[in-house]
Amino acid sequence: MTAATMTPSRPGATAARDSFTNLLRAEWTKLRTVRGWVIAIVIAALLTILLGVWTGAKSQNGCPGGPCHWVLPTGPGGEAVTDTFYFVHRPLAPHGSITAEVTSLSGVIETALTPQGPARTEPAVVPWSKAGLIVTASGRPGSAYAAVMVTGRHGAAMQWNYGDTAGLPGAVSAASPRWLRLIRAGDVITGYDSADGARWARIGTVTLPGLASTVQAGLFVTSPPDSVTTSSGITGSSGSGDPTDATAAFNRVSLRGGGPGGAAWTGTAVSGGNSPFETGSEHGYRQANGTFVVTGTGDIAPDVTDGTPIDDSLAGMFIGLIAVVVVGALFITAEYRRGLIRVTLAASPRRSRVLAAKAVVLGTVTFAAGLAGAAGAILIGTPLLRANGNTIYPVTTLTEVRVIAGTAALVAVAAIFALGVGTILRSGAGAVTVIITAIILPYLLAAGFPVLPAGAADWLLRVTPAAGFAIKQTIPQYQQVSASYTPFQGYFPLEPWAGFAVLCGYAAVALVLAAFLLHRRDA
Amino acid sequence: MRYALHAEWTKLRTLASTFWLLLAAAALTVAVGAAVAAAASCPAGHCAEDPAKISLTGIYLGQAVVAGMAVMVISAEYGTGMIRLTLAAMPGRISVLAAKAAILTGLVLVTGAVAVTASLLAGRLTLPGHGIGPARGYPALSVADGPVLRAATGSVLYLTLIALLSLGAAAALREAAAAIGGVLGLLYLFPIIATVAGSPDLARHLQQAGPMTAGLAIQATTSLSSLPISPWAGLGVTAAWTAGALLLGGLVFCLRDA
Repeated sequence: MTAATMTPSRPGATAARDSFTNLLRAEWTKLRTVRGWVIAIVIAALLTILLGVWTGAKSQNGCPGGPCHWVLPTGPGGEAVTDTFYFVHRPLAPHGSITAEVTSLSGVIETALTPQGPARTEPAVVPWSKAGLIVTASGRPGSAYAAVMVTGRHGAAMQWNYGDTAGLPGAVSAASPRWLRLIRAGDVITGYDSADGARWARIGTVTLPGLASTVQAGLFVTSPPDSVTTSSGITGSSGSGDPTDATAAFNRVSLRGGGPGGAAWTGTAVSGGNSPFETGSEHGYRQANGTFVVTGTGDIAPDVTDGTPIDDSLAGMFIGLIAVVVVGALFITAEYRRGLIRVTLAASPRRSRVLAAKAVVLGTVTFAAGLAGAAGAILIGTPLLRANGNTIYPVTTLTEVRVIAGTAALVAVAAIFALGVGTILRSGAGAVTVIITAIILPYLLAAGFPVLPAGAADWLLRVTPAAGFAIKQTIPQYQQVSASYTPFQGYFPLEPWAGFAVLCGYAAVALVLAAFLLHRRDA
Repeated sequence: MRYALHAEWTKLRTLASTFWLLLAAAALTVAVGAAVAAAASCPAGHCAEDPAKISLTGIYLGQAVVAGMAVMVISAEYGTGMIRLTLAAMPGRISVLAAKAAILTGLVLVTGAVAVTASLLAGRLTLPGHGIGPARGYPALSVADGPVLRAATGSVLYLTLIALLSLGAAAALREAAAAIGGVLGLLYLFPIIATVAGSPDLARHLQQAGPMTAGLAIQATTSLSSLPISPWAGLGVTAAWTAGALLLGGLVFCLRDA
């Protein structure tokens, strides 16, 4: 043996052998040279895209006889809104106010609807029936507005541009009327309420940027459908609710600072959104002896029932997730099986660094695959859904990026979780069973195929790793809109990033335990 | 064949993990069923709850453990190289697979029977306290009741079919992690994909085709007309998947070098 053959092939190779970069390279080589794993990861991405395309191509939604393209009105913030109410209005100048006393709010719920009309009506006021004063840029659905109102069961409130602030509590009646006032000063609108018309309390002040000099101000009444949730059984049915309408009496209506266009009150049924708020009663208003009696139906609120969220294209992610979890578990358990782990640990005795290198390589590769899959599914599937007549909830670019990148991160974290559990159990089948039953099964039971009561479903999506699927939620819950916010309808109990953090927490705990056991146990 | 059965029984019996996995499958089935029964409530008295189905919810989780155990019956031999010894000793590969299937069937039938009985017992004790009991007109959870007996025996048979399906998949794929991933994907993904199928008809067809969605129709005792598929026909779909997996697994097992 000559001295030349003893020389390291590269200067400094001995010193660098234990460097993290080399570890990463070693793990990358291990991953990319197993043909089955590479095929599995590529197929995971492709199937995610394909299923998104399939969903978009299959889903036909439209009017009888062919697709019809509904467009949801969007509010000033770009969110889908439903704007349907009866509006008795006059023009309002840049500086002015409107005041009225609401002395009653009543309503009816229409049950057992038939094509000929409701079979039964019963008097009842739904919690978010609204009657009050509104200043709106144009009166068209989706225009900027500010309103003060009395509600069925949520007291007095001020709402503007689809947000909500509470005012005086309690229901309204002739014995306990509510005085309401809106004062406009340019773009700034302030809402007040009062129990007696003498002592006024400010509920809120809002700025509606770019308000025209003449706007419409007046009285409005609206009443959303009675929210009924039925969810049970193998098909997981759900119902939206029965139509309602509301009638309110306004006394001592006064408008100061009327704009050009007349001093007469005009009644308009504002209508927007997909749901025809069917009702048997007449919309409209009567005016006698200074009292306005206004009847209306609908809602002024973000729309949460009429559209399809963009994450409907992402169902293929679950297939990709299983493939990636199998690869993640095998990435370590195959080493135990073949005995390669002893070579690996002999070459790099600092064991947690081996695990870290594996996690980095696996996470990067699966994130890239997840990104390709999610981006493909959403960017191809969503336009197809739209072309087939589905109304897609508009989302901001930031939300779309969050859903795509978040799904990719979800896939990567699940793979790392599988790596951690695989290290702990040293059995590929065990790790895959644990991960799939911990991530996909709770989601399935709670959201995909509701066999659980709603409370248990919410709880599962808070405490199990399936909470991570919250990252793909795009439509928030609004406390001022009654709807069935169940996991089956796509609403998660946790905020997107909070849910994702739960999954990350599980993965982190698994990795720490894996590192500890890797040190403690002989390989 | 008798020797093959004896050999396979010895192999499974002497593995500590067999006992623990079967115990875990039964315990998880009962625990989940009892937890869901404790969470269920019907205060108003007319909700579409199905007491048998609620009590047997644990099967959704239990089947995953059973599938994992069934996969190991054959994949573990590939992992350790034991399979070459097995096939050298018993060259008739069909009888090896048949012996494994027979032993597995026996073990899962017993485990399933224990788990299902205990789950129904837990439901019977818990559910009446939550407004879902004979006092409100729901069927009592007793095996003397025809539909409940169907749900109980059907669930045990379902677990057995899933075990055999996993055995077939493992014989075809050899690698344990891939086989269990494939089986659980087959079980859990059909209903998830059905939710985004768009048209209700397509969703229904997907639920009729999925081995889990169709097979677990056997657990229903009320409102059978709203099921995507009738109980026994649904179990037949699962049996067809199992037969297909066993055929494929057997074919690959016979044609391939170990």
